[in-house]
This record gives sequence, structure tokens and C-alpha cells, in this order.
Amino acid sequence: MEIWRWDRFFEVWPYIGEGLVTTITYTLLGSVVAYVLGLIFAVVRQLRIPVVDQILWGFIEFVRSTPLLVQVFFLFHVLRPELLSGTGVDLSTQRLIVGTAAVGIHYACYTSEVYRAGIEAVPRGQWEAATALSIPGMRVWTGIILPQAVPRVLPALGNYTIAMFKEVPLLFTIGVLDIVFYVKTVFASDVGGAGPEAWFAAGLTFLALSYPCSLLVRRLERRVGTV
Amino acid sequence: MIRFDNVVKRFGDLTVLEDLNFSVTPGEFVCLIGPSGSGKTTILRLLMTLEKVTEGTIYVEGRPLSHMDRNGSLTPADEKYLREARKTIGMVFQQFNLFPNMNVLRNVTEGPIRSLGKSRDEAEQKAKELLELVGLSDKLTAKPGQLSGGQQQRVAIARALAMEPRGMLLDEVTSALDPELVTGVLHLLKDIADSTDITFLCVTHEMQFARDVSDRVMMFDSGRVLEDAAPEKLFTDPDHERTRGFLHAVLDRA
Amino acid sequence: MFDNFDIYLDRILLGLPATLWAVFGGIGLTIVLSFAAGIGLLSPRRWVRIPVRVYVEGFRGSSEIVQLFFFAVALSIFLGIPLAATPLNALMIGIMVLGLNHGSYGAEIVRGAVQSVPRAQHEGAVALNFSPAQRMWRVLLPQAVVEMLPSLNNLFIQLVKGSALLSLIAVPEMTKKADELRAIPAFAQDLWMIYLTLLVFYFVISVGITWIMRLLETLAAARVGRPIPSREKALARGGAA
Ligand SMILES: Nc1ncnc2c1ncn2[C@@H]1O[C@H](COP(=O)(O)OP(=O)(O)OP(=O)(O)O)[C@@H](O)[C@H]1O
Ligand SMILES: [Mg+2]
Repeated sequence: MEIWRWDRFFEVWPYIGEGLVTTITYTLLGSVVAYVLGLIFAVVRQLRIPVVDQILWGFIEFVRSTPLLVQVFFLFHVLRPELLSGTGVDLSTQRLIVGTAAVGIHYACYTSEVYRAGIEAVPRGQWEAATALSIPGMRVWTGIILPQAVPRVLPALGNYTIAMFKEVPLLFTIGVLDIVFYVKTVFASDVGGAGPEAWFAAGLTFLALSYPCSLLVRRLERRVGTV
Repeated sequence: MIRFDNVVKRFGDLTVLEDLNFSVTPGEFVCLIGPSGSGKTTILRLLMTLEKVTEGTIYVEGRPLSHMDRNGSLTPADEKYLREARKTIGMVFQQFNLFPNMNVLRNVTEGPIRSLGKSRDEAEQKAKELLELVGLSDKLTAKPGQLSGGQQQRVAIARALAMEPRGMLLDEVTSALDPELVTGVLHLLKDIADSTDITFLCVTHEMQFARDVSDRVMMFDSGRVLEDAAPEKLFTDPDHERTRGFLHAVLDRA
Repeated sequence: MFDNFDIYLDRILLGLPATLWAVFGGIGLTIVLSFAAGIGLLSPRRWVRIPVRVYVEGFRGSSEIVQLFFFAVALSIFLGIPLAATPLNALMIGIMVLGLNHGSYGAEIVRGAVQSVPRAQHEGAVALNFSPAQRMWRVLLPQAVVEMLPSLNNLFIQLVKGSALLSLIAVPEMTKKADELRAIPAFAQDLWMIYLTLLVFYFVISVGITWIMRLLETLAAARVGRPIPSREKALARGGAA
């Protein structure tokens, strides 16, 4: 068998296109979960509630130290049958829920660290001035602390979205129809096997999207600084 | 207005305030002087409830600051009680601590709207008057970052006044300013002190200012009030050798 | 409830050697590539810098999973047999991809750390008439190492997590061994236990690596006399993305 087939290299692109939409959808939805949940984690940890703080810290460390792939298996094969089976939600929606939740929670454990650094970079005097003016707790966060913390964390959040984009493909293991699924399964069965040229094309696709994005993030970093 | 009753403050092993007793009557202008590290800032921060007392009680307008009276027994104050207590007192910080994400007007209206529950119109009306008073009517929409240090400090003063406090705490409000800006801010404070009946507790190294405006000066050392007297007496004929030494050191430097 | 627990444990332990080989082989290769490429990125010569830049951006930008399939498929076509039939080859490919991928991230860590050494140190070395190689090895790198250890720690944990992907190219490592149990109906109600135990195994490996890295940080910081930046700080900047 030939190692490299140019005809296959050109034939694979429509398949990649099909999967790319799904990959991007999951990345964006996962990012929303990671941005919101990470912020909640960071704020809750900042409140330093005994017990809650230690539990959350342990959870974050554990999730960050273990493979996303196994976490996906756990959510899909253990939690999903418990929580979603029999709810009438169809399987592809269940995949969407499990996939975005898994990716979103995993990356929330990273973004919470980003927010935390952003919040800690806000000078103590800002908290004290807010106290001196008796501004209520909720408003201190939404009006004073977060508006100063968030712009500085944007580049780091962007970096994590890019990382997520490159990790979302592992969701093909639970049947998500992304790029890897299309190349490995659909394209392979149509032409009788996906060779290195098909995977090279898939790799190029990821590169072509993530490289310009990281250049943009670097420019943003120069504009707003880093945490 | 303000009374410290056997107040002790420790940070870990370090005792900063030792069995402190003093009081300030309504409408008085009291200056706190003393060497660096003697605990002056700590007193103001305790009053603003930015720190908790270790022992003893602070009373503001007769009510204990750290405890509240619940069905006749004293219980530790909760956040709601503290927020009520803080409304009586305003504070101006050495580093201004303006909110950089809000313009000048918003900085001044934020407190009245959020904690006093005033309407936006009413708060802005009042804020404009105060900014007029501190001479910054033309900077309403500027961000703090676009102002000089002196201008920022004047906004901070307007911001504290907007809360209509009955007591004002000033912590070395001119020490972060360039020398040529100091006089303007001090003049402003003197005018405010003369034209209102707000009680002032003011930490300063500006001895001339202390002498000009205060009703009483307290010399502070190692967590105790060393001397408490009218300015004329304290600056010309202090009772303690330590006070004399301190005044010499400060005045020589100036 | 825990009747079959020792079956599961045995099963995961069966995959442990392959995982450890992948992790430590991958880390070894990552270190070599990180330093080689990191120093290459700092080279004054364009014909060195450009190919290294292509390697770094190429592997950082395309997905690790895709890289795994690319090399796995290429090798099995080259050998003419499916990779699953030769687990050792699969493991080799796995180690290679883990190393190449994380080496490209590591290169940026090394470059950044060397560049963060104060300019005065560089000039001091010039004044002592050190050759460029001596400047790098005797002055800049020893100081930069302190700076890069926390980021490398994060990178190695990233690699531990990435090693689970080798299950997808038929390497008989822990995740593959554990996941094979899913096919057996009798174990279906114990899946939670199987996956949690598996996660704990990975957690222990990650914690072990962090522990070793902390030790190295303390040693390195003492030798260079500089404080160590924290691992969390490195994560807060967007990690190895
Ligand atoms: N949060 C804190 N934790 C530990 N020690 C503190 C803290 N705040 C203040 N201190 C200590 O308390 C002592 C008094 O500090 P304080 O700021 O009240 O002094 P000060 O009289 O305002 O001095 P200065 O004139 O320099 O402003 C100092 O020794 C200081 O180190
Ligand atoms: Mg002070």
C-alpha cells in the first residue's frame, strides 16, 4: 500500500468541513461553560467559606490532574444513564450536554485560576474604599472588582479556548460527529481507510484556525497586559 | 461621637494598640500625630471596620461598633449592622483608592446610590455641588487615571462627603501628593471643617496644618496616647520629652 | 458492592507499566526537545530559527489526537500490519507523539525563561569573555531553570493526561485496560467505581510528579538564589496554550 496518496488528500476536505462545524460549536459552548463556571469557582473561593473552600480546591486540583478523556467516559457512561436516560432527550442532544459539560467543567478548573489571579491583582485599596462607602457585596463585585479584573484575564481565557479547540476532538469517543469522527469513520468507510494524508489535512485545519487565533491573543495581551 | 474603651489590637504576636482610651466629641477636629508604625492608621481602620479589635470596645455615637444589642445581650455584629454603622463615617485614603473603571461623577455617586438608596438624579445633583466645592466641576466625565494626584485626592474627599457622614477619617491625605499640590488640598479641608459640623479625625505629618485647624492634637507612640492637648500647648510646650523629640525631628525635616 | 473491586484493580494495574513508560518516556523526550528547540528559537541564525519555529508552531497548533492518528496510521501502513497487533510499536509511536507535542510547548517555556534572565547577567558573561555556548550553559540556563520548573510541572501533568489518549491507538495502557471492562455486562453497574479508580491512579501520578518538581524547585532556587514563581501563576497566564 502507498504511504501517501495525493488524491485522498484532496478528497478528504469536504469531510473535514462537515466535522469542523461541530468541533467549533462544541468549543464555543464549552468556552461559555468554562468562562461562567470558572468565574463562579473563583468568586466562591475568594469568599473563603470554610469546608466549601477546601472541597472546591480539592475538586479543581483533581479535575486538573486527571485526563479529560476518562472524565468524558465517566460522565457519558456513568452519569448520563443515571441523569438523562428516560428523560426523552434524544441521544445526540445527550452527547451535546455531556460533551460541553465535560469540556466546560474541565477548563473551568483552569479559568478559575485565571480569574483568581485577575481578582487578586485588583489593589486591596479598592475593596477598602468600597467598604468605606458601604457598597453592598454584590455591587462591589459587579461594579468595581470584576470590571477591573476581567479585561486583564481575556488573553488567558482566549488561550484556554484555543487549547479546548484542540482537545474537543476526543469527544469522537462518545460518538460526537466532529472532524476526527468524520475522518476516522465516515471518510475511512467511504474510501476504504484514512491514510496519513487525511490526518495531515485534519492537522492543517486545526493549525490554520488556531495559529491566527493565538496571534490575535498575543496582540490582545500587549493591549491589556497579563495577569 | 467616637470613644475608644480599653481597645487592644494585635496582629499575631505584635501588639499595635495597647489598652487605648480616648474620645472625640461631635464637631471636633482632632489630629493624630506620632512616629511611623505607632498605630495611627490602625485606629482609623478599626473605626472604618476594615480591621477587628482584639479586646475592648469602640463606640460610635454611643453604639458599640463591633457588637450589636440583640434582645439585651451583646452579640458580634453582622454585616448588616456594620454597614449601618459605616454610614456615619467617611474615610479618605492616603492612596485615594478611586475606582479606575468609573468616571469622576460615578465615583462620587456610587456610594449614595448603592448604600444610601438615593435616586440617581438626587445623587448626581449633590455630587455636582460637591465637585464644584472641591473645584473639579470641569472633570465630571474624566476617569481617575486622567487626573493629577491632587485632583484625585479632591475627588476622594468629595466622594467621602457625598455619603453625608457625621465623622470623617483622613489618613495622611497629602503624603502621596507632590509638594505643590499639598496646600490646595489642605486649604480645602480647612474650609470644609470650618463650614460644616462634621467631626474630623485626621492623621497627618503636616504640623502647620495640625496647628491651624485642629481643636485638639493627640501625640501617639507605641500604641498609646502619650499626650493629648490643645495645639498651641502641644506644639509650644509639650509635657513629654518624647513629643519634643518627635516635633523637632519632623520640623527639622520640613 | 465491592465484590469485583480486585478484578478492576488488577485490570488497571495491568495497564500501569505502559502508562508509566509512556509518561516517563514522553517526559524524557519532552525535556530533550524543549531545550533543543527552545535554544534553537533563540539562535541568531535564521536557518536554525525558521525550521525550529515551524516545528514548534506545527505541533502546538495541530491537535494532539490528530498527531497520534497521523503517526499511528503512517506506521501501520509502513509496516503493513495494524498497530493493534504490535503493542510495542504502538507504545513507541505514543511516546514519540507525546514527546514531540509537549516538546513544542516546552520550547516556548525554555525560550521565555532564558529571555527573562536579566540583561545584566548576559552582559556580565560577555564581559568575562565567555563564548556564546558558555554564556548559555554556564550563565543563562542555570538561572532560567528556576523560572521554567513550575511551567514544566504543568506541562508534565498535561502529558500525563495526554497519555490516556494512547488508548485510542491501541496502546495497552490503563485507560484502555479499564475501558475494555465496559464491554462486559456483569460489570456494568460498577462502571463508576472502575472509572473513579482509574482517575485516582492518574491523580496519584500527577501528584507524584508535582512532588518531584517541587523538590527540584527548592534545590534549584537555593542554588541560584532566586525565588520560585508559583505553578498557579503559570496556569493563570493561559497555561501551555
Ligand atoms: N495587616 C497587618 N498585619 C500585620 N501587621 C500590621 C498590619 N497592619 C499594620 N501592622 C503593623 O502595625 C503597626 C502599626 O501600623 P500603622 O499602619 O497603624 O502605623 P502608622 O502609625 O499608621 O504608621 P505610618 O505613619 O508609617 O503610616 C506597624 O508595626 C505595622 O507593621
Ligand atoms: Mg499610616
